Amino acid sequence: MTRKQRRGVLIGTCIVVLAVAVGLVLFAMRDSIVFFYSPSEVADMAIAPGQRFRLGGLVEIGSVVRGEGTKIRFVITDQAKTLPVTFTGVLPDLFREGQGVVAEGVLEPDGVFHADNVLAKHDENYMPPEVAKKLKAQGMWRGNADAAKVN
Amino acid sequence: MIAETGHYALILALGVAIVQTLLPLIGARVRDPQLAAVAAPAAQMQFVLVAIAFIALTTAYVTSDFSVANVWQNSHSAKPLLYKFSGVWGNHEGSMILWVLILTLFGAAVATFGRNLPRQLKSNVLAVQGSIGAAFLLFIITTSNPFIRLSPAPFDGQGLNPVLQDPALAFHPPFLYAGYVGFSMAFSFAVAALIEGRIDAAWARWVRPWTLAAWMCLTLGIAMGSWWAYYELGWGGFWFWDPVENASFMPWLAGTALLHSALVMEKRDALKVWTILLAIITFSLSLMGTFLVRSGVLTSVHAFAVDPARGIFILAIMGVFIGGALTLFAWRAPLLGQGGLFAPISREGALVLNNLLLTTACAAVFVGTLYPLALEAVTGDKISVGPPFFNLTFAPLIVPLLLAVPFGPLLAWKRGDLVAAAQRLMAAACLALAAVVLLLALNQRGPWLAPFGIGLGVWLITGALTEIAYRVKLGQASVSEIGRRLGNLPRAAYGSALAHAGLGFAVIGIVATTAWRSEAILALKPGETAEIAGYTLSFKGVAPRQGPNYRERVALLEVTRHGNAVTKLTPSKREFTVERSSTTEAGIQASWRGDLYAVLGDELNNGAYTIRLYFNPLVRLIWLGALVMFFGGAVSLSDRRLRVGAPKRAQAKAAAISAAE
Repeated sequence: MTRKQRRGVLIGTCIVVLAVAVGLVLFAMRDSIVFFYSPSEVADMAIAPGQRFRLGGLVEIGSVVRGEGTKIRFVITDQAKTLPVTFTGVLPDLFREGQGVVAEGVLEPDGVFHADNVLAKHDENYMPPEVAKKLKAQGMWRGNADAAKVN
Repeated sequence: MIAETGHYALILALGVAIVQTLLPLIGARVRDPQLAAVAAPAAQMQFVLVAIAFIALTTAYVTSDFSVANVWQNSHSAKPLLYKFSGVWGNHEGSMILWVLILTLFGAAVATFGRNLPRQLKSNVLAVQGSIGAAFLLFIITTSNPFIRLSPAPFDGQGLNPVLQDPALAFHPPFLYAGYVGFSMAFSFAVAALIEGRIDAAWARWVRPWTLAAWMCLTLGIAMGSWWAYYELGWGGFWFWDPVENASFMPWLAGTALLHSALVMEKRDALKVWTILLAIITFSLSLMGTFLVRSGVLTSVHAFAVDPARGIFILAIMGVFIGGALTLFAWRAPLLGQGGLFAPISREGALVLNNLLLTTACAAVFVGTLYPLALEAVTGDKISVGPPFFNLTFAPLIVPLLLAVPFGPLLAWKRGDLVAAAQRLMAAACLALAAVVLLLALNQRGPWLAPFGIGLGVWLITGALTEIAYRVKLGQASVSEIGRRLGNLPRAAYGSALAHAGLGFAVIGIVATTAWRSEAILALKPGETAEIAGYTLSFKGVAPRQGPNYRERVALLEVTRHGNAVTKLTPSKREFTVERSSTTEAGIQASWRGDLYAVLGDELNNGAYTIRLYFNPLVRLIWLGALVMFFGGAVSLSDRRLRVGAPKRAQAKAAAISAAE
């Protein structure tokens, strides 16, 4: 094999691998990305049923209903709009009424968000940044510093 | 007083680090070897001073000195002793001290053990290492000082986040940092080579042990983090493709590539420029990991508290070091000269393929991790890129690599014989195919791809065995000859075979758990039973219990299989009184088949409890595989050929012996 051919093989392999990688990334970007919305945004835009997304907000106080088997119902609010949520399973340790939460799942045609994954972060002062931003805009923000003092 | 000593030592260390950076560089300019020689004692001094600061902070933690703000925020007098120690690095400030401690430890190790390094290279390496130390010490002193006092001193501390009070997590950060920071050695060597504008095969021989040590620590650190997430977070998963996990995984991928490309450079004096670039990239990714975790741009279970000033400072450090190194690279790399091109079918060709696929896979992870940040900055859209993205991009890129791994060690340097290698691998391939066929027959309903994944793992293990078998001429030589050859085989050969086999074990574990896990979410009343994966679990009820610094509600599940008692599972929910938060402790029964995993959920209105059950087949192989990879690295590191300067010393000794004769 001449020097030129060797270089050709090397460059060719690199181009093939990189092209495959770029193709995979672009393909995956189209199909496996999950958008994040607040209840207000869900109300404002038409989200196709069956479209996966993440819903973020606060768990409305007094809204958590357990006892129908393993199914749990609660309401996520961003203080402007609310959205009912159902979830089957074990909620994270830091799931509390009045605390920030992110639920991932699909919106059913009856207007209920069916979550298959609920995230509450392992920090009692944690609030999804998106929720914090919204609350700040609405003047309802209680910063981490205040929260620490309350403790 | 102790805290002030620590603070003072940190400031002195900063001064020493600046001296360590500047004097050797000036010394090199004015050709004053005495100025350059300052680097070694300065590196040792810097380590001693940072160690004093670290010991001071540890003392404050162990003695529960709550007049130190950092101790007050992250400790409590009732906390078990182990977690008083691990609390030192369980927070941002303390973990930065640990980070710099490991950095200076590596620097001092080069200063002490690098006697055989060329003087110029050694002082340049230490100067670069000193500059990294100076930047991070300045960062600690100005934005993250752990020695700030509180007056009056509070009566008791606020405690450590309960999820961090765990043995695996106590040792996870030190290993992870040793990995991250260990790659700084490769970086410093690379920059030093660029400054000199000269590089040779010996350079790779000096860099490899440091890179290997860092890689081992990072492997173990990532495995510990994954093991902790598995049993502590109660989701029964071992990897979530969480941005912070990715931040530690990217340096691992790049570091693995670096290990292999340094091999080509050492043996064949080729891939010089690429190896230098890879060394810079690997440490840059480590720095990026540090930045992502601490800046607050990502929110994650693993992330530290948010402080924008710190984020900007680390971003600046990153900009200076990465930008500086890449500029230097663009300017000086052409001086280093290209090594020879080589045949595609050869050991070095295989290693190039390894590098190509590893770095491309790393780039795919990089895109998936940073794309949401970029998109939000540009359009304001908030998205998350989760496991589907990474499964779709990472897996197809890494599978060809796994297929190719057994071929690599069987190909000769310069000109390999692919057909001969394939013939030698025939037995290994047959075993792997047999595994695939057997599993396809057994696995009528499961995902059809899974048996191929298991076959891939078997292929890696049998391929690694083939290499050893080939090298000892198994089946050709006599038993005594084989024994002699086994003894004479360099440890590095055993090391790489172990590491590749460990990868195979991990692949089997990952595929089996992902494809065949069973899961059930149930509402059980005391006295009821549930079935999963052939086990019968009867729920006996929930009882309260008092721990050292928590209260817990413990569920009792009696497990039987085919009527025989197997074990009792006791998943619990712990309420930490001081920290006012709760954790879920999974009940896990490990066996060779897999893990039975139970999580206690909330009490329901009718007296039932939500209970989540998993059966994770062969899941232990994932961490066992990582452990085998770690030991492979350790065996390889103990090879005397890898020891810096060892060949020289051996020659000197041989010369002395022959002279004595």
